[in-house]
Amino acid sequence: MPNYAIEVRDVSMKFNLSQEKLDSLKEYVIKLLKRQLKYNEFWALKHVDFSVEKGDRVGVLGLNGAGKSTLLKVIAGVFKPTEGQVIRHGRIVPLLELGAGFDSQYTGKENIYLYGSVLGYSKQFVDEKFNEIVEFSELGEFIDVPIKNYSSGMKARLGFSIATLVEPDILILDEVLSVGDAKFRKKSEAKVMSMFGSGVTVLFVSHSLEQVQRLCNKAILLDHGQLIAQGSIDEVAKIYEEMTN
Amino acid sequence: MKKYIDGFKKYRFLLRELVKKGIKLKYRRSYLGIIWTLLEPILTTAVLALVFSTFYSNKNKAFPVYILTGRLLYSFFAAGTRTAMKSIRAHSGMIKKVYVPKYIYPLSGVIFNFIIFLISLVVLLGAMILYGIYPNWWTITAVIPLLILFIFTVGVGMILATVSVFFRDMEYLWEVALMLIMYTCAIFYDADMLLNKGNGWILKINPLYALIKCFREAVYGGSMFASPNWLLMPAGVSVVTFVFGFWIFKKNQDKFILHI
Repeated sequence: MPNYAIEVRDVSMKFNLSQEKLDSLKEYVIKLLKRQLKYNEFWALKHVDFSVEKGDRVGVLGLNGAGKSTLLKVIAGVFKPTEGQVIRHGRIVPLLELGAGFDSQYTGKENIYLYGSVLGYSKQFVDEKFNEIVEFSELGEFIDVPIKNYSSGMKARLGFSIATLVEPDILILDEVLSVGDAKFRKKSEAKVMSMFGSGVTVLFVSHSLEQVQRLCNKAILLDHGQLIAQGSIDEVAKIYEEMTN
Repeated sequence: MKKYIDGFKKYRFLLRELVKKGIKLKYRRSYLGIIWTLLEPILTTAVLALVFSTFYSNKNKAFPVYILTGRLLYSFFAAGTRTAMKSIRAHSGMIKKVYVPKYIYPLSGVIFNFIIFLISLVVLLGAMILYGIYPNWWTITAVIPLLILFIFTVGVGMILATVSVFFRDMEYLWEVALMLIMYTCAIFYDADMLLNKGNGWILKINPLYALIKCFREAVYGGSMFASPNWLLMPAGVSVVTFVFGFWIFKKNQDKFILHI
């Protein structure tokens, strides 16, 4: 019996794309009475089924709109799948969009505690890791400045530092290894690589196939919400390359 | 049930962080900061007392205490429900990226307003001493209506949070409702004027007024248990609202993300 970190069981995700955005009761009632309430059903994921073993680094490949981000959000627990279920073993840290949980009026320091708590860590744990986080983010004295005065690179650096220094079991990386300047990019890649060594399970999305090939040992390929290939990175990358050409 | 308690324990730190954030950010960048918590009720009560005591030629020397008891409770209810209602949208950035039990957001909104409210009770204590109403043992029973009020506010906040995700108009509608509630809470007029004129039902069906009445009773050093209906009614309503609030919130929370 393999030791799974994530089991995705026949997951489908449906979105109702209302043709117009309805924000008010008045509009809603009028449309309802006129029977103009139409929804376009849209299945972002269709019967996706796969498992990730502990310690695997899985690249998620696919063209734009293939459902990569939706899949990651379902796995992260942000979306509840319309059908099927996801079983997770261990703590997930989603790096979907760096610094998304930040409050712009808060200082960097306050945001470290806020973001740490959002990720489900205890105060003592964040206390212990605090200096390390500040150091890794290279923010220096800016740590006591409100986030709203940060550049986007600074924000991303802080987000990355918090999320990776807290030793998750499962790490979800959605296009995040392309933040900051070249120096920080190298540093963050090295950080992720060192985490691989400690047996963290990784789901990785990037548009750079070269980067995926370098970092991952396995891959899955999505197309229009369907899982069309899974296996070792080389096999899947070959199919993906054929598809893009 | 155990699952919920474990989940709550895990996110206790988040709850505390969010409560802290609410309090910190409320007065950030204002010169007087947290002092506004005290200053604001003093100023509005002064205005209300001035206007309405000449208006009614009120004989009640401790009229400011009467106003304060009502006003403080009402403004907690108003601020708490308002914050809870908007909490889902206010935290949409987090909700879209990380999984967190969503009830934390409205709950933290009510808790931080409750803490601010508790601080503002200092003003009431000051006014009591100023007007010669000294605390006695009955004053302690004031805790009971406050607890019920907290539960009631959480319940209403949960319902509003759920509804306003789908219908943003609720935010404007609720402002009107709050105004209506304020006028039917006997904050700045003598409740007997209404109760003796056949329109007493307006007050009798208002759980918030009942809580204010019980609280006043305790502040004036009397027993709120003398007429227990004024306590039992809001207690019952609050528990029902609380349970219903959590139920409707839980039932709809998975759909929130598609609407924010």
